[in-house]
Amino acid sequence: MNFFWRTGMVLVGMLTVVIVLWVITGPSWLDLSWVMPDNVASTFGPTLDNLWLVILWITGIVFFITEITLVVFLLKYRNREGRKAEYSHGNNKAEVVWTVIPFVVVMALAFYSKGIWDDIRDPDRIPAGAYPIHVMGAQFEWSATYSGADGQFGTTDDFESLNVLHIPVDQPVVVQLEAEDVIHSFFIPEFRIKQDAVPGMSTPVWFEATATGEYTLACAELCGLGHYRMGGTVVVHSEADFQNWLAEQQAQAEAD
Amino acid sequence: MSTTAATETHTGHAEGHHDLGFIRTYIFSTDHKMIARQFLFVSLLFLLVGGILATMVRWQLGFPGQPMPLGGMLPDTMAPGGIILPEFYNSLVTMHATFMVFFALMPLQAGVFGNLLIPLQIGADDMAFPRLNMVSFWILPVAGIIMLASFFVEGGAAGAGWTSYAPLSSSGEWTGVYMGQILWLVSLTVLGFSSILGAVNYVTTVMNMRAPGMTWFRIPLATWSLFVTAWLLLLAIPILTGGLILLTFDQTLGTAFFRPEGSGEPLLWQHIFWFFGHPEVYILILPAMGFTSEVIANRSRKPIFGYHSMVIAMVAIGFLGWIVWGHHMFQSGMNPLLGMTFVVTTVVIAVPSAIKTFNWMGTLWRGNIHFDTPLLHAVAFVSLFIIGGLSGIFMASAPVDIYIHDTYFIVAHLHYVLVGGSLFGIFAGITYYYPKMFGRMMNEGLGKVHFFLSFLFYNMAFFPMHNLGVQGMMRRIYDPNQYEYLQGLQPMNTFISISVFLFAATQVIFAFNFLWSLRAGKEAGRNPWKSNTLLWATPSPPPHGNFPEMPIVYRGPYEYSHPDHDEDFWPQDDPPATSGSGGQPAASPNPELVPGD
Repeated sequence: MNFFWRTGMVLVGMLTVVIVLWVITGPSWLDLSWVMPDNVASTFGPTLDNLWLVILWITGIVFFITEITLVVFLLKYRNREGRKAEYSHGNNKAEVVWTVIPFVVVMALAFYSKGIWDDIRDPDRIPAGAYPIHVMGAQFEWSATYSGADGQFGTTDDFESLNVLHIPVDQPVVVQLEAEDVIHSFFIPEFRIKQDAVPGMSTPVWFEATATGEYTLACAELCGLGHYRMGGTVVVHSEADFQNWLAEQQAQAEAD
Repeated sequence: MSTTAATETHTGHAEGHHDLGFIRTYIFSTDHKMIARQFLFVSLLFLLVGGILATMVRWQLGFPGQPMPLGGMLPDTMAPGGIILPEFYNSLVTMHATFMVFFALMPLQAGVFGNLLIPLQIGADDMAFPRLNMVSFWILPVAGIIMLASFFVEGGAAGAGWTSYAPLSSSGEWTGVYMGQILWLVSLTVLGFSSILGAVNYVTTVMNMRAPGMTWFRIPLATWSLFVTAWLLLLAIPILTGGLILLTFDQTLGTAFFRPEGSGEPLLWQHIFWFFGHPEVYILILPAMGFTSEVIANRSRKPIFGYHSMVIAMVAIGFLGWIVWGHHMFQSGMNPLLGMTFVVTTVVIAVPSAIKTFNWMGTLWRGNIHFDTPLLHAVAFVSLFIIGGLSGIFMASAPVDIYIHDTYFIVAHLHYVLVGGSLFGIFAGITYYYPKMFGRMMNEGLGKVHFFLSFLFYNMAFFPMHNLGVQGMMRRIYDPNQYEYLQGLQPMNTFISISVFLFAATQVIFAFNFLWSLRAGKEAGRNPWKSNTLLWATPSPPPHGNFPEMPIVYRGPYEYSHPDHDEDFWPQDDPPATSGSGGQPAASPNPELVPGD
């Protein structure tokens, strides 16, 4: 059997194993998607998905070029009767090329990322009129505190919402994140937002939902034995609904 | 045999190398080659422990809430009725990573190959400090036993992740793990001394004990990689040790270095941990890069492409590794204005990695590639390191990291670097240097079967993890089905789990081949791979004192297929006179350098 037959048989064998296990366990082809899920619901979500796509294209092209070249070299320069390798210690021009090009590409990516990062995380760029909510992470629940009618936290008309974060649509919201016991991480996958909540610190994180509905709130930092079930819901209301909900809660809080 | 004759006639090195008796030879040995073998056996055992823990983690994720086969043997505090408890799951995740990182990958590279290769590749008769070397090894099993013992104390083993973020790790009240966490801290503190003693030895030996003619730029790349690694160990491990001691104080004395009550600072732990932790990442892969370079040059019968840039790239990685730690902390609450600093340093470190990758490919280019098992593993290293490197660019971009941080995308990335990279590099190293360590070849057929199955199952297990991360699946969660949006991923998780089991089962082939070849492998002779480095100028295994005569180095380590030389290799210690010019018969290489039968 020659080299190509043997290699081909190994490849066919491998592919068969993959297909058999795939059929037995039955994942969906969609699960292999490399683009961000089509569920984004915040203002900077599409920007992040787009940056993801840019990096995916760059790394994808590099991936295919390098891996295919590697395979071609392996096939083409395999040992055969009477061959002798070329005696070469390298090539300085090539070294310069493959130092400079990656450097330029990754630096371009870094500075492209900087603009986006600053828009999302620079404390000075948090929109001035953002609606404030305090969120406290504790083993194993999220509690959101709203300021009540007076717009001040720490007053008697504050009220809380456990594991459900109510926010208005199309309006920036700034969450002041704190943690009571250990580090938790405030993760809303559909909003593409994640920020650790650290005990002893108060970290602002802002976002603006673009569609009403219910979204997932998760904890993304190992926080103890109940970490896996420290989930909650984000309910995005229309402006009118949100005002109604606030009024309802305030009335209830006063009644208590 | 000519070997023994040479040893006897030679006086300079042989003195003091009399028979040492069983205990001094096999247990409390100060011979670097024996210590390398001791490291090899012990760290392979810990690799097995880490692997078993991994399969248990994957059982829970692949078949959540179902009784694990043989799980009935576990006590009710871990898995009542074979069903893994959430707190035990956290311990499994923590201990899997701890064993793999600290007890398998580190000793398998720095411990085994630092000891084996450094003296032999630079032409030294042993390490600079043989007794420290012995202590360095014996700390490993002691620390390992402490770590293993933590499974059996009340509250179970540490469960705060291998990164042990405070305050979760700083007090048992948050995890229910008191003694287990303290044993974790003590074990790693103790283990740190093993690395420090080893590193002192490696640095001193490379700097002071090179054979005549072994200039810095004639040192083989494996030794270069271990030299850079030794510096990283020497400087990084004390930082971890300092942090571990402070955390132990928080746990036991009620101090508040990392706890907010008492004005401690949880982020300080993360800064300390990752200031150690990022150099650690390179400690875990530089030696594998070294073996890969040796194997690819040798099996392509071609000089390494760009030797100098390979060395400079490793030194550059060694430096840059110190200023990138903040990329683990983009979402930690660290001042966001620092983010950009770490984005820039992090993407810059991609450049030396790219240089190395292109140079490996340049070495294969126009080579004469022999597809032996070590070459297959080395090429797998390159191809998988490309994936691990490219996936790193996603998370190096701080805004992209917002979404993928703490998801399976990170898990996929780190396993592409540490399994696809380090472990395949280690397999390349073990299969390539096995004949020198034990005097016999490993079985080539079994080696190839092990390689192809490992490569297949490895990719089946870890490649789809990228996609789980894209879907937003968090790492370290006991049961993803708690989240509605992750429930659809269960079939993929089952696929991954079965692939992991198959990958683990494949390692039985390796274990069998490894053990069986000790007795039954083909005799290797001195230089079965027709290699140039001084290592292969010694008998296999080398005698105490290594070199019958002090070797003299005439040329670089990668003079393969030299046009003025008839053989396609030209050992570093081969005197120029025998190179085929003048009246000497052209094709008369030193007979001892030809593989024996």
